[in-house]
Amino acid sequence: MAKVLVVTSGKGGVGKTTSTAALGAALAQMGEKVVVVDFDVGLRNLDLVLGAERRVVFDFINVVQGIANLSQALIRDKRLENLWLLPASQTRDKDALTDEGVGKIIAELRTKFDWIICDSPAGIERGAMLAMRFADEAVVVTNPEVSSVRDSDRIIGMLDSRTVKAEQGEQVQKHLLITRYDTGRAARGEMLSIGDVTDILATPMLGIIPESQDVLRASNVGMPVTLNDATSAPARAYTDAARRLMGATIPVLVPAARKGLMNRLLGRRAA
Amino acid sequence: MGAVVRPKPKSIRLRGRSYVAFVFFPVVPIIDWLDEIDVTLNQSPGFFAGKPMVLDLSAVDLSQNAIGQLVASLEQRGLRILGIEGVGAERLSANLPPLLTGGRNAVVSNSEPKKPPPKKAASLLIDTQVRSGQSVVFPEGDITIVGSVSSGAEIVAGGSIHVYGTLRGRAMAGINGNLTARIYCQKVEAELLAIDGYYRTAEQIDATSYAGPIQVWLQGEVVEISPLS
Ligand SMILES: Nc1ncnc2c1ncn2[C@@H]1O[C@H](COP(=O)(O)OP(=O)(O)OP(=O)(O)O)[C@@H](O)[C@H]1O
Ligand SMILES: [Mg+2]
Repeated sequence: MAKVLVVTSGKGGVGKTTSTAALGAALAQMGEKVVVVDFDVGLRNLDLVLGAERRVVFDFINVVQGIANLSQALIRDKRLENLWLLPASQTRDKDALTDEGVGKIIAELRTKFDWIICDSPAGIERGAMLAMRFADEAVVVTNPEVSSVRDSDRIIGMLDSRTVKAEQGEQVQKHLLITRYDTGRAARGEMLSIGDVTDILATPMLGIIPESQDVLRASNVGMPVTLNDATSAPARAYTDAARRLMGATIPVLVPAARKGLMNRLLGRRAA
Repeated sequence: MGAVVRPKPKSIRLRGRSYVAFVFFPVVPIIDWLDEIDVTLNQSPGFFAGKPMVLDLSAVDLSQNAIGQLVASLEQRGLRILGIEGVGAERLSANLPPLLTGGRNAVVSNSEPKKPPPKKAASLLIDTQVRSGQSVVFPEGDITIVGSVSSGAEIVAGGSIHVYGTLRGRAMAGINGNLTARIYCQKVEAELLAIDGYYRTAEQIDATSYAGPIQVWLQGEVVEISPLS
């Protein structure tokens, strides 16, 4: 049975698009047929993270408007044959996306894919509501800081009330993904602890992704981080998260500070 | 010069009250939507009469000008809009109804009331965490929450409030003049605690001194907090 998964957060810039691409690629590598759908109309960048920006001809809105059909708009990833992208429009015509139009496309995607992963825009306005509207499951992306946690809390409330599932008296299954977890700042007490975050959000944990240069390096070359360097710390964390989405029980480990040269230097300077 | 004796300033009391309002949810094309309203009004002219009405614009993208025209069209039909929802504050000019947030859905029956409503239970049970931006309002009696109340969430009860979790948001008990209402929680990190309009804000609640369950009650005009153990 196909699953519609929304990647959402409330707050902007916390790592939704990065996580959509990384989880999508990881699931595709595990043999699942995956489409990632960009809901960030006017600010599309999922195509950039996937290195497909020059291949976008038709987009989501074109399909809703009936200008193109779905198969014309879907872009197949060059490296992973199981991974597809439905790009967002670069134009600012947000109103073109209607509840019914999106619902129809999602229903069609359900017949073709195992996973439909919706990359939500930031905020709690219409675009974010549309991205979550038809979800079966949700990945709530949170950075360990107060404003991000509060926004995630609001988004969880909306997942519980504004989705089709919620309106039918069912529940969207929610997963908490903590991203940009900086071990150094955590050690210095500059971020909320993982315990604080899970305490406030009371949502099962999907994974903790460390803050890492590997993420930037990967997006600069148009690769999901799980593909670019599968052994890097964020790639391994995302791959484990994807396995948990598939139902595997893997304990979530809090990333520990590396006792590298930099750390020792910084430690000495701080002393 | 003699000392000036000033009367002690009376503390301000806040009162919360909630109403059920009809929410209009316009969709494009607006013209067709207004036609539907007309059909309803023709069939039962008294349908909306005397009821507060809110306009939810989240499904449409209207300019400030268009919003003004829509409100005016509704007023021409005798429909007074009390507030507007689902639109950025910058789209509302000063002469339009105010922006509302945090509405909850209620079931409103389409038929005119026939018999007196059955007596409601005087307690409301919420089985989940109350999230930031949500509010639970129950003027008829007690509210029990099995879960935490997030920062940015709000609980408003005519009676007492029981939270089986951490209270991080705002709790207002006894809003209809019930001086004996209390607030109970497993852990307090609240933004506001109020009983019958007398309140304490976060700055006046030393959360660090209460590790475990507490209760809040009214002693004269002072909101008291004490550990429950
Ligand atoms: N684990 C990480 N380590 C370091 N940088 C990261 C990490 N995750 C994301 N970033 C960087 O943070 C920035 C924002 O990430 P991303 O675009 O994925 O966020 P978003 O939530 O989709 O943002 P928006 O709300 O604007 O859509 C990007 O520059 C990305 O490379
Ligand atoms: Mg994004």
